[in-house]
Amino acid sequence: MRVLVLGEERSRIKLIDEETVRHVAWLARLEVLDDEVEGFVEQFNRILDYFRKLDEAETEDVEPTFHVLNLVNVFREDEPFPPISPQEALKNAPKSERGFFKAPKMV
Amino acid sequence: MSEKVVIGLEVHCQLTSLKTKLFCSCPSNYRGREPNTLVCPTCLGLPGSLPVLNQKALEYGLMVALALNCKIPKRTMFFRKNYFYPDMAKNFQISMFDRAGGAPLGYDGYVTLAVGGTQKLVRIRRVHLEEDPGRLVYPGTIDTAPYTLVDYNRHGVALVEVVTEPDFESPKEARAFLQKLRSILEHLGVFDGGLEGAMRCDANISIAGGARVEVKNIGSFKDVERALTFEIMRQKQLLAKKVAVVRETRHWDGERRITVSLRTKEEEYDYRYFPEPDLVPVEITEEMLDQIKARLPELPDARQKRFVSQYGLPGYDAMVLTSDKALADFFEKAVAAYGKPKVVSNWLMSDVLRCLNEYNLEIWESKLTPEHLVEMLKLIDEGVISGKIAKNILWDMVSSGKSPKQIVEERGLTRIADEEYLRKLVDEVFKENPKAVEDALSDEKAIHFLVGQLMKKTRGRADPQLANKIIREKLASK
Amino acid sequence: MGGAKLHAHHVAELVRRGDLSAYEHVCQILEKIERIEDKVRAYITLIPDIALEKAKEVDRKVEKGKRLGKLAGVVLAIKDVISTKGIPTTCGSLMLQDYIPPYDATAVERAVAEDAIIIGKTNMDEFAMGSTTENSAFGPTFNPWDLSRVPGGSSGGSAAALAAGEADISLGSDTGGSVRCPASFCGVVGLKPTYGLVSRYGLIAYANSLEQIGPLTLCVRDCALLMEVVSGHDPRDSTSIPTEPKKYQDVLEKGVEGLRIGVPEEMIGEGVDPLVAKEVWRAVDTLSELGAVCEETSLPSLEYSLAAYYVIAMSEASSNLARYDGVRYGFRAPDEGMDWSSAYSKTRRLGFGPEVRRRILLGTYALSAGYFDKYYLKAMKVRTLIKRDFDEAFKRFDVLASPTMPILPPKIGEKVADPLSMYMCDIDTVPANLAGIPSISVPCGLVDGLPVGFQAMAPPLGEELLLRVGYALESQVRLYERIPVV
Ligand SMILES: [Mg+2]
Ligand SMILES: [Zn+2]
Repeated sequence: MRVLVLGEERSRIKLIDEETVRHVAWLARLEVLDDEVEGFVEQFNRILDYFRKLDEAETEDVEPTFHVLNLVNVFREDEPFPPISPQEALKNAPKSERGFFKAPKMV
Repeated sequence: MSEKVVIGLEVHCQLTSLKTKLFCSCPSNYRGREPNTLVCPTCLGLPGSLPVLNQKALEYGLMVALALNCKIPKRTMFFRKNYFYPDMAKNFQISMFDRAGGAPLGYDGYVTLAVGGTQKLVRIRRVHLEEDPGRLVYPGTIDTAPYTLVDYNRHGVALVEVVTEPDFESPKEARAFLQKLRSILEHLGVFDGGLEGAMRCDANISIAGGARVEVKNIGSFKDVERALTFEIMRQKQLLAKKVAVVRETRHWDGERRITVSLRTKEEEYDYRYFPEPDLVPVEITEEMLDQIKARLPELPDARQKRFVSQYGLPGYDAMVLTSDKALADFFEKAVAAYGKPKVVSNWLMSDVLRCLNEYNLEIWESKLTPEHLVEMLKLIDEGVISGKIAKNILWDMVSSGKSPKQIVEERGLTRIADEEYLRKLVDEVFKENPKAVEDALSDEKAIHFLVGQLMKKTRGRADPQLANKIIREKLASK
Repeated sequence: MGGAKLHAHHVAELVRRGDLSAYEHVCQILEKIERIEDKVRAYITLIPDIALEKAKEVDRKVEKGKRLGKLAGVVLAIKDVISTKGIPTTCGSLMLQDYIPPYDATAVERAVAEDAIIIGKTNMDEFAMGSTTENSAFGPTFNPWDLSRVPGGSSGGSAAALAAGEADISLGSDTGGSVRCPASFCGVVGLKPTYGLVSRYGLIAYANSLEQIGPLTLCVRDCALLMEVVSGHDPRDSTSIPTEPKKYQDVLEKGVEGLRIGVPEEMIGEGVDPLVAKEVWRAVDTLSELGAVCEETSLPSLEYSLAAYYVIAMSEASSNLARYDGVRYGFRAPDEGMDWSSAYSKTRRLGFGPEVRRRILLGTYALSAGYFDKYYLKAMKVRTLIKRDFDEAFKRFDVLASPTMPILPPKIGEKVADPLSMYMCDIDTVPANLAGIPSISVPCGLVDGLPVGFQAMAPPLGEELLLRVGYALESQVRLYERIPVV
């Protein structure tokens, strides 16, 4: 069995704690159960620790590449195209009523 | 208690002149349509769908930025503003952001406002494009409904967001700004402020000694004064009681006419902006800008100056008239047909506006047309009706849309200039008021009384000069 | 047909000539599926009836002498991340298990317009997140070469279906190697096109700035054929390059004489299974014998590529997957009495699998206040460095070569427990996605009966070079003549 080299071991600073995991879960509207939090903390710290590899890269005065293409100014004419039917629009909705999608209550 | 009030506005205006949405080809005229009939994979946020920018929306956005005297970046791009809410199809909004290579369409602009006889400069921080969320319907009220209904017809409609610096010192100024902004957008031909919900705003308010409070969901510019006045009062009361005003976001409840707390600073959104990978950057070239500049129509400030020079109106009149495009258009149409700009302006500035105010209508909502106003002015000139009757029938013209001639006829309001008929009536008046006739020989006041009686008999329709003449003649021959 | 399976270009030609009935051909494949699908589990959805109907239609066209498309009668398996009108498209997720798109992806539309016959939707790692096809809500796919091993991922179902003879041709998607990895593990050809060459319209997004739809095929000619069909400008995708499809098949036989091929040491050194490296070096030698000039080289910033890739992919994913809230489509947890925020959180916890949840949370963290510069922006800057390294390298080389995967197909269950070690497997495939350049994986040998993939990368729009190299190599290796016996 081979061993993959993960790059040199960096000091293991705890980057993320339980509170952060819970806050991020709230931001992402992605429930994390109490008995999962610790596991996430451990995994995330390992992965984020690996991401710290990026810190070593010299990027001063380097522009980010958000788009690999050099395309600019891609437009569409302001001409209408027939919409899909409301039946088709609502077909996949778990809940609907009188042509509306039905979302949970607000408060 | 005269702590200084500081107000800044974030105004969302739909580009209602566009035929389609910002990033998809669905028709954008969603008003009065059945729910979810103007949607496609893109504006429903279906998996795998992609946005494509409406070129005209970009042009309109740039027109707005230029009209607000903004600087224009050479290059910009769209960002994702990530937050969850049931009116969002993707749970992020494609918007613009000014970091990491992004820029708004316009920045560092200004608008001049006439406030209390002086000119005030309101600084514009930024102008950018973004997509409108969908519409939520609550069976019952927002806090009691057991579920929420969502209609995505509005989702993706192009919005231009205008953010001011905190340059307003009163709710009145804020309202005046919205009025001016609306007039500018309407002059550009990109926006119809008369459409429900076409202009919505959020306001930041702080009073010296308190934190900044954001009030969201101000649905119309008629509401902005109310919302701000309420919020200032609330904050002043807190400060008077030495209670700290906390930094928070509040929601304007237009029905109850109060602001309610939505969330405090600690719960504030973390929008996690990053460049929209599905759209490519926008490069704003000199040629593009020159073309747009060449097509810019006359804007309110220029029109105001022209009203002064071309029509000889006082500056104030010109300012009031051009602060509403429909009013300015009305004025010019009437003057084209009638001439006498000062007369038209006087009627508009005083009686017409008072009447509209009373009915809570805007000029374009009312049934008054320039043609009818001109007809009315001509009836006065021809001596068919008196100015007083004209003021009277104006109300009817505004509310019913009938022509002045028709109203005058229906209500029998034409002026009575039949001398023989009036003489007969004067005889009756003399018979009915022997005491006054006695007095009139020595007392000018009694003459007025007799004229008044004649007017009463004719419901104000007697030609006043003729009436005077006959009465004096009859008295002289006594 | 006994022995070696018919390749797609053969099928199309025979059908067009009237020498093969599309209906018969589809029946044969359906029989094969019937026989072995239980063991391979390449498909999430099969549509035999629709496929047979479409086959009859193709046969009628032949009878009537009508013009037939380039993929006449070719049986197409589509990765379940690509939208198909009226056919469930699940992304391998419980979240979308009942979702039926109301529209076709552009690539699907184009393939169907050329008379391809869709047979079904193939299994994949949930939302394309994984390199083994074990992260599927519908269970893993098994590698036809060794059923105890993974087929690679995330387009594992596509590659396995081809290797097992359950389809002629397939469309996958490649965000960080998801076409090439399973192609390598299953001994088939996989191409990740230049970013922007194939429309992403209808491809359910995982990481938009990195991914492309790409062909998986039994041979390089089929790959060229499918590229001729699906590439080219699409006005519905703003990131689509305004270019016409090329006649890729016409260049295949041009050979590699004089081509300069560089082998980046970062991609074949440390961390690469020596047995894999040995096969790849042998392929390099083969190309040299055919007249290519091969040389070792270095792209120093590749050491950052894996971290940059995962930061970008997770960040974009966290935003792309925000739309799954149970309102418009997809799974919805019982939410009686819950407000929208709690209801969304619950729906999303139950609807997504562990790897998806992990990436959404990490991506959310990486974009959250104060971390944008440290992670996403930094990764995008590193991306510039990587792109520069490639630009430099392509001044000296026409093509860069490496192993596709640093390892042989792992055993089922070997990688799932440790996400980071699974991420490490993508070390050689992610650089092409970061740089937006095309990259192909071609089978170059077997180690203990398991396929090894040879990867070649070219400058943007250099697909023709890759196809030439792949064609030359495959003509020598002739691995396509060997079929795994399931
Ligand atoms: Mg906004
Ligand atoms: Zn739409």
